[in-house]
Amino acid sequence: MGMTMTQKILAAHAGLDEVKAGQLIMADLDFVLGNDITSPVAINEFNKAGFTEVFDKEKVTMVMDHFAPNKDIKAATQCKQCRDFCGEQSITHFYDVGRMGIEHALLPEQGLVGPGDCIIGADSHTCTYGALGAFSTGVGSTDMCAGMAKGKAWFKVPSAIKFNIVGKLPKYSAAKDVILHIIGMIGVDGALYRSMEFMGEGLKNLTMEDRLCMANMAIEAGAKNGIFAVDEVTLAYVKDRFKREVRIFEADADAEYDEEYTIDLSQIKPTVAFPHLPENAKTFDEIGDVKIDQSVIGSCTNGRIEDLRAAAEVLKGKKIADSVRCIVIPATQAIYMQAMEEGLLKIFIEAGCAVSTPTCGPCLGGYMGILAKGERSVATTNRNFVGRMGHPESEVYLASPYVAAASAITGKLSQPSEVM
Amino acid sequence: MKAKGTVHKYGDNVDTDVIIPARYLNTADHKELASHCMEDIDIDFVKKVKEGDIMVAHENFGCGSSREHAPIAIKASGISCVIAATFARIFYRNAINIGLPIIECREASEKIEAGDEVEIDFESGVITNVTKGESYQGQAFPEFLINIINKGGLLNSLK
Repeated sequence: MGMTMTQKILAAHAGLDEVKAGQLIMADLDFVLGNDITSPVAINEFNKAGFTEVFDKEKVTMVMDHFAPNKDIKAATQCKQCRDFCGEQSITHFYDVGRMGIEHALLPEQGLVGPGDCIIGADSHTCTYGALGAFSTGVGSTDMCAGMAKGKAWFKVPSAIKFNIVGKLPKYSAAKDVILHIIGMIGVDGALYRSMEFMGEGLKNLTMEDRLCMANMAIEAGAKNGIFAVDEVTLAYVKDRFKREVRIFEADADAEYDEEYTIDLSQIKPTVAFPHLPENAKTFDEIGDVKIDQSVIGSCTNGRIEDLRAAAEVLKGKKIADSVRCIVIPATQAIYMQAMEEGLLKIFIEAGCAVSTPTCGPCLGGYMGILAKGERSVATTNRNFVGRMGHPESEVYLASPYVAAASAITGKLSQPSEVM
Repeated sequence: MKAKGTVHKYGDNVDTDVIIPARYLNTADHKELASHCMEDIDIDFVKKVKEGDIMVAHENFGCGSSREHAPIAIKASGISCVIAATFARIFYRNAINIGLPIIECREASEKIEAGDEVEIDFESGVITNVTKGESYQGQAFPEFLINIINKGGLLNSLK
């Protein structure tokens, strides 16, 4: 029987000709990631277990992005522990304040991950790199520790759901709307333990940034990984970035999929996921008057240059509502610089937005935009769980950069067509 | 290996942000994490929970973030086992890796109520509801994972 893209990558990394769904394997890793929250737990385990050296100092990274620039003394202590460990281990890719970006925007940008890779990261949104045609999945700190020490991880080979992408997105509909639509359709556990594999003639109409946004949220459907078929868009993106060999794994013609869906991009409308689950997706014909207090534009889902361009297109020459705080967070230093050169930061600041250095801060209710009791934020982030951005009685509405920008202007959930 | 205790019951999609809110992730201290366990959906949990108690929930328990702080907070609060219809996959492997026993059983998740006395036999996967006089067949771990657990967790199994 044929294999899916994911199964082929796992087989190759386990030294096997063939794997089947449900099989438990030990796989070699190409890259291991941690951040300032998950790495300290992994470092403690590393020392406790008596390991002395990481398996490959080029293939382990720690990115100080969650509570950095340090939000308090405890956060500073956690970052220091990572900094000291990476120094002792001579880890090549340690990203500190001023050089760091949000991990899942940074690693693809820096060419540290690429097609055919097998990657684990102690962060659930590690599934983002599936956009590049890699097998990439989030794990906990103990798995990260084992990966750092041995370059290996155990996996149960997943079965898969196939998404056949056709058509082209209408103006002001975004990749975020596509993935919110899909999660709304299959639910937050619709892909539990399984792969979401994206292919089809419509892929050529999705940029790499679109794919990174969609793969990023595979975890919000419970998936083990999301993965896109490699095509010319992928190869053009990795050409001058990725240093290792590009390996392309295509699904076999007779690969078995548990379910298959066709997603017609031309039918996708601006979508908002209501509290408190990403599956509560609504289009604007189902959305009434929902006032908002804050708009967050950024995160590993939507903090890339195309996202900032989309927000700036809506905000250009306009002012945000007096009742709204709008926080724009470019995801990496390179994106920040490019936004500056393109004049996007000027548009944001003139509109009344705050612009921040890269950080995950508000997305997980860490800092930089915490909500009070009863407050509501529209956000281009990825989770709207109870208490995710602050008080347990605050609310988060997930949307695209277009919708987040339009809503900042009107002070209520709005689609771009209302202000353009 | 067995666990026995009083049940704390929750619903679907109990996410890692409510198990341990991110605002407390500036520490990796187990006791401190445990002191905030479940507080956004059950403020009284930390006051009620006793050593050996059991947590029971419905679908997709532990969805969301990869934070190992979530199973650590549950384990350090005294919980001896989590039973759910299904677990989110990262939580599932984190629990195994840190040695928090978990077991999937839809029937148990439906029939067990808060306050029931429940006993779990991990080798057979049998869950006994002492209060109701019922038993349910849960899914026992595959041999590969029992091997990890018997060696004292993932890191010891790799040595």
